[in-house]
Amino acid sequence: MRVQFKSSYDHDINLFQDNRHRIQYGILILLAIAAPFVLPEYFVGELTQIAIWSLAGLGLMLLVGHTGQVSLGHAAFMAIGAFANMALMERGWPFIPALIASAVITGVAGAVLARPLLRMTGIYLAIATLALSVIIEDIAIIAEPVTGGVSGVIAPMIELFGYEIDRYGTPTAFYYLCLGVLLLVTLMYANLLRSPSGRAFLAVRDSEVSARALGVNVANTKTLAFTLSCAITGLAGALYAHMAQVVNYESFLILISITLLLQVVIGGLGSMHGAFLGAIVVVLLPQVIATLRDLVNAHTPIALGDYPGMDMAAFALIILVMVIYEPRGLYGVWLKVRTWFQLFPLYRKGMFRRSRTYLKTERMR
Amino acid sequence: MSLLQVENLSIAFGGVKAVDGVSFSVEAGEVFTIVGPNGAGKSTIFNLISRLYEPSGGRILFDGQDITRLPAHKIAPLGIARTFQNIELFDHSTVLQNLLMGRHVRRKTLWIEDMLFLPRVRRAEREHRRHVEEVIDFLDLAAYRDKLIAGLPYGVRKVVEIARALSSGPRLVLLDEPASGLSVEETKDMAWWIEDMQKDLGLTILMVEHDMSLVSRVSDRVLAVAEGKPLALGTSAEVQADPRVIEAYLGAEETA
Repeated sequence: MRVQFKSSYDHDINLFQDNRHRIQYGILILLAIAAPFVLPEYFVGELTQIAIWSLAGLGLMLLVGHTGQVSLGHAAFMAIGAFANMALMERGWPFIPALIASAVITGVAGAVLARPLLRMTGIYLAIATLALSVIIEDIAIIAEPVTGGVSGVIAPMIELFGYEIDRYGTPTAFYYLCLGVLLLVTLMYANLLRSPSGRAFLAVRDSEVSARALGVNVANTKTLAFTLSCAITGLAGALYAHMAQVVNYESFLILISITLLLQVVIGGLGSMHGAFLGAIVVVLLPQVIATLRDLVNAHTPIALGDYPGMDMAAFALIILVMVIYEPRGLYGVWLKVRTWFQLFPLYRKGMFRRSRTYLKTERMR
Repeated sequence: MSLLQVENLSIAFGGVKAVDGVSFSVEAGEVFTIVGPNGAGKSTIFNLISRLYEPSGGRILFDGQDITRLPAHKIAPLGIARTFQNIELFDHSTVLQNLLMGRHVRRKTLWIEDMLFLPRVRRAEREHRRHVEEVIDFLDLAAYRDKLIAGLPYGVRKVVEIARALSSGPRLVLLDEPASGLSVEETKDMAWWIEDMQKDLGLTILMVEHDMSLVSRVSDRVLAVAEGKPLALGTSAEVQADPRVIEAYLGAEETA
C-alpha cells in the first residue's frame, strides 16, 4: 500500500496528487490521442460518441452529482445548444465563436429557468424539469426560423484553421475536436471542485441548512450550478448536432434526458469519473447487447431477434441490477477494486459498508 | 455595549408560542448558557438568531446592528458561527474539506476565477488552509484531517462541527447542545475546549446545554427558559437554586 507523504499545502491544492497520478492521467490522454491510429474507423465514431456523452454527462453531474439537484430535462439544453450553434453558423459565424456562443446562450437560458425551477426540490423539481423536455419538442417545431421547423437543420461544415472538419469525411479530426473540448471542460470542472465555488456546491448538496449557516447563498449557488451545468450540456448538444449531421425536434426527446440521468447514476454520482464511465456504458452497452443477441441467435434455436424491445429490456435490467447492488455506480466498483489491490491481502468485506448516518436536524426552510 | 442583544423575541408555530418575549444580552467575552426543559424553545432561539426562522416579534442586535431581518446567509459574514444539535456536517467530504467550507465567508475569488484557477485562487487557498490548520491544531484534529465524516465516531463529529464554526473566524459562536450524546470523558474534553475558546481565542459563546456539570463549569451566566418564557437569569448556582426553575423541571409540589 502506498502512503502519501504530504509536504506542503499545495499537495492538496494541486490538480494531481503526485507524479504517479500525473503519469497515469498523461498515459490516459495519450491513449485517447493515439486511438484513431490504432483502431478501425468504426471505433473512432464510437469514441467520438463517448466523448460527446461524457461532456453532456459532466454537465448533468455538476448539477445532480455535485449540487444535489435532479434534472430530467437536460435534453432540452442539449437542444438549445445544438440549435443555437446551427443557427449562428448558418448566419456566417465561424465555428469556435458559434460554439462558445451556444454554451453562453444555453447557460443564460438555464439561468433564467433556474430561479423558478430551483424553488422546487426532489420529486417536484424532477417533474418540472421533465416538463422542459416535453416543451422543447414543440418549441423546436414552432421556432422555425432558428430550428428549421419539422424538417430540422443540416449541420454546416466546420472550418477550423483552414481545415474542413466533417464527421464522415474526416472522422479523426472531428474526434480530436470533441476530445479537445472535453479536456478543456474537464479541466475547468476540476478547477471548480478544488476551489471555494465547488465546495459551495457540495455544501448545498449535503446540508442546505448548514450551508446557509456558513454564509452560503443557497439560491445563488444553485443558480450558478444550474447555469454552468446547462452551458456544458449546451456544448455537448452543439457537438452532438455536428455528429448527427441533421437535428430536428425528434433529436432531443425525453429518452435522451433519461439516458443522461441514467448515465450519471450508473457511472457514480458525485464523481467526475462517473460521467466518463457512464458515457462508456451508455454508448457501448447497446452494441454489446446487440452482439450477444446475434451470438445467441446464431448458436441456439432461440431467435431473440424476433422479439422486439429485447435490447432495451436487457439494458434496463442491467441498469436495475446496477442501481440496486451498487448505488455508488461504476466508480464505486472501481474504488473497491483499487482498494482491494492496494490493501491486499488486508481488504475486509465491510469496508465500504455505509456507515450509519446520525439523525439530521429537521429540515428548516 | 453588549455583543448580542435579544429584545422581546417571539415566534409562534401555528398556535404554539415557542418563544414568547425572551430578552437577554450577551457581553463580549463571556460564556452565556440557555438551559430549560425539553421543548422550552432553546434551539428555536438559536434558529431565530441564525435567521433560519422568521421571528413574529422582537429584535436581535449584533454589535449594535439590527440583524432581525437579514437573510440567513448574511449572518455568518458578520462573525456569528454555529453548530447544530444533531450535527449538520457534510458527510461525504473529509474533515479538511468541511473546515474549508467553513471558510466560505472569507472567500475572495469569483467563480470564474475559480474555474480558471488563477494564481490568486491558489494563494487564497493556501491562506484558507493555513487558517484551517490553526483550528486543527487547536482542537487536536490532525489525526482525522483526511478522514471522511461518514466514518467518524459521534464524539469526533461534534468537535469537527465546532472546528468548522471556528474556521470562519467568528466573534460569537452558538453551540447547540455541544455535549449531547457524548461520553463523560468527551464531555470533559468539551468543557476544556469551550474554556480554551473563551480564554485563548477570546470568543464569545452562546450555548444551549442540558448537562448541568458542563454548564456550571464553563458558564459565566445562565438563562433558564420554560415554555418559551424566560424564568431566571444569573450564575449557574443561582439559576439552579431558583424555585421557579426547579418547578419547571420537576413540577410544582402538590399543595394539599
